[in-house]
Amino acid sequence: MTRKTIKLDYLARVEGEGAFKVVVRDGTVKSAELRIFEPPRFFEAFLRGRSCLEVPDITARICGICPIAYQMGSVHAIEKILGIKVGGPLRELRRLIYCGEWIESHVLHIYMLHAPDFLGYDSAIHMAKDHGDIVKKGLELKKIGNEIMTILGGREIHPINVRVGGFYRVPARRELAPLADKLKWARDAAIDTVRLVSTFDFPDNQRDYEFVALRHPDEYPLNEGRLVSNKGMDIPIEDYDDTIEEVHVEHSTALHSHIRARGAYFTGPLARYSLNFDRLTPTAQQVAREAGLGETCNNPFKSIVVRAVEVVYACEEALRIVQAYEPPDRPFIDGPMRAGSGCHATEAPRGICYHRYTIDDSGSVTFARIAAPTSQNQPTIEKDLTSFVGDWLDLPDKELQHRCEQAIRNYDPCISCSAHFLRLDVDRGQG
Amino acid sequence: MPAQKPRLAVWKFASCDGCQLTLLDCEDHLLAVAGAVDVAYFPEATRGEISGRYDVSLVEGSITTTHDAARIQDVRARSNILVTIGACATAGGIQALRNFANVKEYISIVYARPDYISTLATSTPIAAHVKVDYELRGCPIDKRQLIELISALLAGRKPVTPAHSVCLQCKLKGNVCVMVAHGKPCLGPVTHAGCGALCPSYDRGCYGCFGPKETPNTVSLSRQMAHLGMDEKNIKRVFSTFNVNAEEFRAERQRHDS
Repeated sequence: MTRKTIKLDYLARVEGEGAFKVVVRDGTVKSAELRIFEPPRFFEAFLRGRSCLEVPDITARICGICPIAYQMGSVHAIEKILGIKVGGPLRELRRLIYCGEWIESHVLHIYMLHAPDFLGYDSAIHMAKDHGDIVKKGLELKKIGNEIMTILGGREIHPINVRVGGFYRVPARRELAPLADKLKWARDAAIDTVRLVSTFDFPDNQRDYEFVALRHPDEYPLNEGRLVSNKGMDIPIEDYDDTIEEVHVEHSTALHSHIRARGAYFTGPLARYSLNFDRLTPTAQQVAREAGLGETCNNPFKSIVVRAVEVVYACEEALRIVQAYEPPDRPFIDGPMRAGSGCHATEAPRGICYHRYTIDDSGSVTFARIAAPTSQNQPTIEKDLTSFVGDWLDLPDKELQHRCEQAIRNYDPCISCSAHFLRLDVDRGQG
Repeated sequence: MPAQKPRLAVWKFASCDGCQLTLLDCEDHLLAVAGAVDVAYFPEATRGEISGRYDVSLVEGSITTTHDAARIQDVRARSNILVTIGACATAGGIQALRNFANVKEYISIVYARPDYISTLATSTPIAAHVKVDYELRGCPIDKRQLIELISALLAGRKPVTPAHSVCLQCKLKGNVCVMVAHGKPCLGPVTHAGCGALCPSYDRGCYGCFGPKETPNTVSLSRQMAHLGMDEKNIKRVFSTFNVNAEEFRAERQRHDS
């Protein structure tokens, strides 16, 4: 039996630290492990004993790239316990700030982390030397996502204005108004982005995934919806724990998720798009079709195109909200403390983000559980590698290594979130 | 031949990635910064890597594993100037709440197989392990302070990052005091400036994410918060967040430990 090991010490352009190992024997992939050794920070433990009103400030710190996702999951779950229903302009403002995060996070991934793979550069900084206009446009687009976060949230990273029941302070019409022209530019820049990334050269790798995403009667999902899949799942969030289990494996400080009946599943832009194409705006649908995407997409390498389509959607949705905005009477809805349990899931840029809390009658947290999208996708990432690496074994070692990195980067893995360093280790079993 | 550009490295320890993301969030300045330095090590942004020594290392995150305790020694040995960025690197972060609890219990709450987890009982700031040349406060750090720091280091001058309180920033901004006028508890009087008095500008009290200012009078502030009706448990909570392990906040927390 031939034996050979290919090693890469640090997978770059992902958020967090991990490692990877593929074992190949006689031309067949025997196993693939995504090792995550991001040091655990124990959020679910130290949330116990905190006031439920402090939770969104604390959970934001799980992730610097998608703090709104953690704030939205926790405020919605806690509001369910307290019997608070947030509607009208407050609900719209929450969609708006989430659109800001989608734009900022997706554009970061498209231009800074993912595009350099397709254009053959180590980073966007290196890419800027030859493609200055592309990188500048990306930065300008990302900045508009961050501006939404800053106006509504106070700052782009760990916003301070999200509160159980709404916001601490809501903007006046004139504060949001300047965003309208910027968002019109951003929508056009996002359309250009779809056109640009759709010309990249994609490996022809796809699998029959179980896509899992939220689905809402009228909207492309952000904060609300039932949990559905293309393999028959259609449940309220309250049934999440009965349907999906978390497993602790030795090679990861992020817990793996499995659908109890069927195993690994796929959450994030590809799943959201494939299950909710009909909820996109007509422009986003048209741009997707022109880019050669069907109503579903099973090639994870094309996730960069799907992310760009979602940026078009987020810009249009944000523009709609800004133009229709009338400030609410009060910045937040209040309610008396009461004991209970509640759960909620929202669509973070990287997929389903699930939260469950129990609080006592003084409003102190007695139990907290949070499932991050990347930890849910870990088994699927491993299966992608197991399935795809076989097709790539003719590639020279360096290219094979890079291709594996890309297969992981397709998921925009946020390892800091899920529990960081990806080390790639391909054991071909030769020499 | 042009002089060699300074080499910049960005390192991560236990953290949320938010402080290093702040550099990528400087959309208007990023390409200028990238033009003025050689980005020699920044894995979140680039696959490229230049090994050897670094002129400036920005360090994010706290030390929570034996592996990281050894790694920071190596980073220090290879860096001319070492700057900690953010509350995790500067004070230990929110994950330093374990320092006041039993970490074994924490592990068993989160993980089904505690035997798979290897972690230290404490989360400690970088300065507890190696000499630190400059520190930037905040959870997260402030963009303007980061650009000021990088510009100053490139120019060979000392960065201007005032150590006064958020209170002063509020006055400069013309905010009405949320504590005096509205009775909302606020850590502004004892918290290091840098954020631009964000929370009071959004009608809420400061929650201290930049950590203690120089010589803070936390005892007097706690008395005022009690006067506003806050009980001991809640006073302890407000000092027990992102800078809980900073000396002055830790001491005040302990005063309310019933």
